[in-house]
Amino acid sequence: MENLLNIFVRSIFIDNMIFAYFLGMCSYLAVSKKITTAIGLGMAVTFVLLMTVPLNWLAYNYIVKEGALTWLNNLGVSKEFADFSKVDLEVLKFIIFIAVVAAFVQLTEMAVEKLSPALYTALGIFLPLIAVNCSILGAALFLPGKEFTFGESAVYGLGSGLGWFLAVVALAAVREKLSYSDVPKPLRGLGITFITVGLMAFAFLSFSGFKLPFGN
Amino acid sequence: MSAEAISTVEKAKPASEPLFSKKNRKLINNPLDADNPITVQVLGVCSALAVTVKLIPTLYMCISVTLVVALSNLLISLMRKVIPSRIRIIVQLLVVASLVAVVDQMLQAYAYDVSKQLSVFVGLIITNCIVMGRLEAFALANKPWPSVLDGIGNGLGYSMILIIVAFFRELLGSGSLFGYKVLGENYLGNGVLMSPVGACIALGLLIWAQRARNGYTEEA
Repeated sequence: MENLLNIFVRSIFIDNMIFAYFLGMCSYLAVSKKITTAIGLGMAVTFVLLMTVPLNWLAYNYIVKEGALTWLNNLGVSKEFADFSKVDLEVLKFIIFIAVVAAFVQLTEMAVEKLSPALYTALGIFLPLIAVNCSILGAALFLPGKEFTFGESAVYGLGSGLGWFLAVVALAAVREKLSYSDVPKPLRGLGITFITVGLMAFAFLSFSGFKLPFGN
Repeated sequence: MSAEAISTVEKAKPASEPLFSKKNRKLINNPLDADNPITVQVLGVCSALAVTVKLIPTLYMCISVTLVVALSNLLISLMRKVIPSRIRIIVQLLVVASLVAVVDQMLQAYAYDVSKQLSVFVGLIITNCIVMGRLEAFALANKPWPSVLDGIGNGLGYSMILIIVAFFRELLGSGSLFGYKVLGENYLGNGVLMSPVGACIALGLLIWAQRARNGYTEEA
């Protein structure tokens, strides 16, 4: 339990998707002009991360990793026919991860459109954008380096999503105020936004010295 | 090849459109400045910020991205008439993912240290918005050769910004260039420039400088 709480806090504040790794910057910069759209995309990203990180965990641990296919031998495929404990599909991990993400996003979009038109108008337009959001694939690509259990990977997905949500809403709030300021012309828009993000990342740097409070 | 043979080859070309006609040259020149993928189109920013701590990994990243953009533009352009538009995103992602898997294996084989430093960012070329953006905006509607040029142009535009940012971050952040100390042994280095903060601020200032020069302004 302490471990799950630690992963949760760490993925929101210390390893924040935006401020520590810059993942998902393109849509982050594009939708952070208004708070309402920022909240919509933030929720969609959180949901997709919460679902795809555990899915990719399953794909990695039962298909891709070296020896992950051993369960095929246990199911009754004879070892003389094919010894799956030596199969290593790491080469294919990019293709498998992105296929899982793209398929999940497409399915969610269709399901939401059918089941809840109200939610579709709120989230739906952002869903196709999410398949190419770096933070989704990034979280999946971090999995091999972190030895999570299934439950931990779900918590990690949720935490990363909430961290992204927090960052995008915070930037949108700053940018709404910023539109009333007299910024030098060539710096307007993208330039000042980058400097703002830099200063926000500065604030988040202070979390890196943060001792996680739960357990050890 | 003799000089005569070269001249006949050169004469043979203008039969159709020359390979480097004015229009085709524009495809390479435009993304370098007025239509730069990072500073104007705002695409592919993640890796521009994350890999630019040192020059050497940055150069590898630039080469990889340029290769992937050019080749995926070529492949998608060749297939543009047979891809159903409803599932085109998935088709594009799979093509790009396969190319990136090849690039990643090459890096692991020939430049293992660099591939470790770049870590997940090689894989993230798949979702680099420049690749998807160029496929959607150009390759789906154009012939293969202009698509390759467009890919190379955008790759170079991306590389140019990354190299400038990495130059300043490595020089001021750790006092070295390509790993060689150039500011003397006593230079202490600047931790802020090495961190994510420095990347954002350096890129913001670069965009300011570029836009002040070419007069591009944004409605804000």
